[in-house]
Amino acid sequence: MRDFICEKIKKIKPSGIRRLFDIANEIPDVISLGVGEPDFDTPWHVREEGIYALQKGRTFYTSNSGLSELREEICKNIKRKYGLDYDSNSEIVVTIGGSEAIDIALRALVDPGDEVVYPEPCFVSYQPCILLSDGVPVPIELSAETEFRLTPDRLEAAITKKTKVLLMSYPSNPTGAIMDMEDLEKIAEVVKKHDLIVITDEIYSELSYKGPHVSIANIPGMQERTILINGFSKAYAMTGWRLGYALAPAHIMEYLLKIHQFAIMSAPTVSQYAAVAALREGDKDIEMMKGSYDQRRRFLMESFREMGLPCFEPYGAFYVFPDISEFGMTSEEFCTALLKAENVAVVPGSAFGECGDRHVRISYAYSVETLKEAMKRLARFIESMRQKTL
Amino acid sequence: MEKEIRKKILEILEKDARLSAKDIASMLGYEAGEIAAEIESMEKESLICGYHAFVNWDKTDDDRISALIELKVTPQRGNGFDKIAEKIYQFPEVESLYLMSGGYDFTVMLKKATMKEIALFVSSKLAIIDEVQSTATHIVLVRYKDHGTSFIEPHKDLRMVVTP
Repeated sequence: MRDFICEKIKKIKPSGIRRLFDIANEIPDVISLGVGEPDFDTPWHVREEGIYALQKGRTFYTSNSGLSELREEICKNIKRKYGLDYDSNSEIVVTIGGSEAIDIALRALVDPGDEVVYPEPCFVSYQPCILLSDGVPVPIELSAETEFRLTPDRLEAAITKKTKVLLMSYPSNPTGAIMDMEDLEKIAEVVKKHDLIVITDEIYSELSYKGPHVSIANIPGMQERTILINGFSKAYAMTGWRLGYALAPAHIMEYLLKIHQFAIMSAPTVSQYAAVAALREGDKDIEMMKGSYDQRRRFLMESFREMGLPCFEPYGAFYVFPDISEFGMTSEEFCTALLKAENVAVVPGSAFGECGDRHVRISYAYSVETLKEAMKRLARFIESMRQKTL
Repeated sequence: MEKEIRKKILEILEKDARLSAKDIASMLGYEAGEIAAEIESMEKESLICGYHAFVNWDKTDDDRISALIELKVTPQRGNGFDKIAEKIYQFPEVESLYLMSGGYDFTVMLKKATMKEIALFVSSKLAIIDEVQSTATHIVLVRYKDHGTSFIEPHKDLRMVVTP
């Protein structure tokens, strides 16, 4: 038989997270700080709305772009929270998580050979999605020195004549980095100068602990060259409902919608009804979860200070990204050793790009009790590693 | 400022009273000493009135039961309900006591006891108080949730071990 698999797919490397998952999954009683989703249950009133939708038999397709009620609520919410105006008829598509939105945004923009620049370390799907859309991935390697913020000079250095898209995500998974208005203004200048378009994945926008979140679309002249992606997974603890959305000017949205309508049809209907409830009455839920994350974030930072483990202070998402380079191991070696010695699972920074290899990603989407025990074990592990190298 | 930090400490302790002042300090971004002092003064002011383990007695072989009693009383001139309340909450059998709005006056929650003990307490201690007009005793059949904690399903982490 012939080898039927296409070369493009074969070249894409499997996710580095997978390997660690396979080991960790075999260990009973593993304490995992490796999860990229909230520990909270979806708020009950939202789940109830989902159940009600099922009871009422709301199990048919919705329009391609999503339930009109939901689109209106999303646009209202984006206006209320970030001051951005989008038309709920022509400038939005409801997608299967933020992930689908990233995929269709790239596919709508990228011609073969177009370069897509994106800060690294970053979410695991960016590079593969760029390759799938026949683009050329051009990572911009960032470090803790700039607190993993994208700087105009780094961006400028990555741009060539073939560059078309800047793909970025703040607050960031895996680093927890944020960018404020001043940072974004400088980036916007470079974007405009080189006539680029921005795909901004702001799935963690509600989890920003240092003042309100700002979007690059907020900067004058940027909304027209921005595809803004967000969703329900992180803000409302709704990962398994698979619901996100993209917002963009109508003449761009038209093409995202074209891909979505043929590839997907419409996002899950029950999830869409539940999401309406989340937007209408979810502010309190967000406030409660955010407050809790922030306490855990501080707790971890304090634990690292006590251990003498260097870590820049992240102000977003629910990750910390400490520097483990002093131990002279790759991040994967470090994670495997930690898992074997102390049954604690954290994710190697290299899973998010080569330049993440000095770091590990630790999630604080866990109870303080779990974090406390994990930090005790991490401290013991670090101490034993330091003894060894003496 | 002080009020805000107190509220946060109370919210944390209400969920987990075993967290040390040091833990709470790091969670809130304060010095351990500041938090310890704040907790101590809240204890002195009776804002914090105790620290208890939250026991699910149903899981033990203990077969005593919990009862809730509705009381209708005649308030006294000048003293209102407080004097009557005092007569009731002094009994060690009483776990909690609330003055209510609505169809009756007091809710009395009794500590776990046998049916016999409860019957005796109601008839010989509560019902004979001068101001008490009537009592209605209800037995708790199943405790599903208490102090914000579900008794039926212990919280299990259903997430996969590692996800992107």
